[in-house]
Amino acid sequence: MSLLEVRDLRVTYGSGAAAVPAVRGVDLTLEAGTKLGVAGESGCGKSTLALALLRLLPASARLEGEVLLDGEDVLAMSWGRLRAVRWAGASIVFQGAMHSLNAVHRIGDQIAEPLLVHGRATPAAARARVGELLEHVGLPAARAAAYPHELSGGQRQRVMIAMALACDPRLIVADEPTTALDVMIQAQILRLIEGLVAEQSISLLMISHDLAVLADTCDRLAVMYAGRVVEEGPAREVYEAAAHPYGRALSSAFPRIGDPASRRAPRGLPGDPPDPAALPGGCTFHPRCPVALDACGELDQELREAGAGRRAACVHVGSAS
Amino acid sequence: MRTDTTARTEPGTATGALLSARDLRVVFPGRRGAPPARAVDGVDLDVGAGEIVALVGESGCGKTTLARSLLGLVRPTSGTVAFDGKPLAYSSGALRSYRKRAQLVLQDPSGSLNPRHTVYDAVAEGLRIHGYAGDERAAVAEALARAGLRPPERFFLRYPHELSGGQRQRVVIAGALVLEPELIVADEPVASLDASVRGEILALLLRLRDELGLSALVVTHDLGLAWNIADRVAVMYLGRVVETGPVESVLTNPRHPYTRALLSVLPESEGAPVVLTGEPPDPSRIPSGCRFHARCQVLASGAAEAVADRCRGEDLPVLPGGGAGAVACHWVKGGGAG
Repeated sequence: MSLLEVRDLRVTYGSGAAAVPAVRGVDLTLEAGTKLGVAGESGCGKSTLALALLRLLPASARLEGEVLLDGEDVLAMSWGRLRAVRWAGASIVFQGAMHSLNAVHRIGDQIAEPLLVHGRATPAAARARVGELLEHVGLPAARAAAYPHELSGGQRQRVMIAMALACDPRLIVADEPTTALDVMIQAQILRLIEGLVAEQSISLLMISHDLAVLADTCDRLAVMYAGRVVEEGPAREVYEAAAHPYGRALSSAFPRIGDPASRRAPRGLPGDPPDPAALPGGCTFHPRCPVALDACGELDQELREAGAGRRAACVHVGSAS
Repeated sequence: MRTDTTARTEPGTATGALLSARDLRVVFPGRRGAPPARAVDGVDLDVGAGEIVALVGESGCGKTTLARSLLGLVRPTSGTVAFDGKPLAYSSGALRSYRKRAQLVLQDPSGSLNPRHTVYDAVAEGLRIHGYAGDERAAVAEALARAGLRPPERFFLRYPHELSGGQRQRVVIAGALVLEPELIVADEPVASLDASVRGEILALLLRLRDELGLSALVVTHDLGLAWNIADRVAVMYLGRVVETGPVESVLTNPRHPYTRALLSVLPESEGAPVVLTGEPPDPSRIPSGCRFHARCQVLASGAAEAVADRCRGEDLPVLPGGGAGAVACHWVKGGGAG
């Protein structure tokens, strides 16, 4: 059994005529001890997906489908069971550690909170565990007494990771864990996450707009567009030879230094990502697609097999030749 | 051939650079008895006519302060900035006429556009400030079209919230172009944009250079951006340029240990990543000797033993700002880079 299995997950904000579909039927599988990257641009639904996995969305969001964590459906759990699963079964490292930490509490107390709430430790044992966790993420144990503003951006992100590890979860969901960090600090944090995940055989679901970082960190990669996964497969293959035209465009938007083809030739994609409240008909990518056919304006595309262990949702995949 | 000479030229004369900084220093006084922060600590930098220069560095390295001082927004503590061969004067009239020729493009278009001004007003503002005598409507339309917003009339009455992030950035660029400047200074022009939109904005900057001969200094933390559009790159660390030269040579054959480390941690780079520990020190506590020595992986590995005393004790000269490749490193100068 897979550690995480997402089946036809749909998230809709609002209702009636004002309903905005943010996630429109996503299937994902994450095996224990592996790393899955979810890539996409702003508004593609990737953060909504992350929050939906632990039912952290506001009450106005309607969830459908199944999120099976160790075979148990998170979306159908009682609140009591859900509280037990959060932190201990799966925990989240949010983007923007500045806003996710409470500015008026010492970081040691914030890391200890899940331990105490889950009744995993006495206050004294929690203090000792906080020291251990901080050293584990590369901060001196004495920093437990610091407030978030006394730390740098990279250090705050380390604190977030320490919190996520506190209850020994089997899955960590990291939503843009290194966005807004400098390249060297980003490298430090990615190394830290990779090391921890390997050492404690935790599974990782990492969400980012940065396809290059995901391809480097993760085993498998899913590319989202307009609330759906449009391509999925082994990370390197998806990054280097995407089957979906959106995957190709996104990957070539990341310059490879030293590659003469991208020198003085920045590549993007005309147009803007679609507004989730007004999605184009047919394949949602067709207005920006360089290889769209006439039929793409009407025919929606399902994910289909695109080589060994790969899937893509494009009319050009698996048809001719 | 590369040289590591420290020969200096007078501002903007011998090199014929459009914009030129010489031994520029910006020091902010320390608060509550703290030592002063040397945000820019001796920089020479030239931007030639029609040239795109990327100024690359991490947060806090002084790159934004340097860019602001080049535009006369921050008065340097010492050193000179010259435009078209003439040193900047800091009277408000002189600065106003300077800003007609050198324009700033800010990062984060959502923050730099007034939400209550239409696109037309946002772009026309510069014309009004400078008392433009020609056809305002035609000038605004042309600037919008040049920035890729076509047909321009369709955007005149739109408000920023009705636009996408990429369109907003184009409006900010149109606002800078409307006065027909010779140089733009763009501070992280694509940092807040999605990858697919980023390429389009960078292509626009390249096209403006090719069509209008517009010079640009692009301030960024993104080495890939330099590879995408710049002719020359200057890598900044803690208030100084530590390596500079043509993009091809600096990015494919970096010599300074800091540049090497920065390139090695990029996701697509080959070879073992050199992840530096810790974070750059505070600009109020710049280490003596080479300012990078405390984090230098080459010094730490013992490979620079022959010059270690100089690394720890001897400051390096300010690099020349012109076209040739140069690097501020005792180890490289001693032939250590191989």
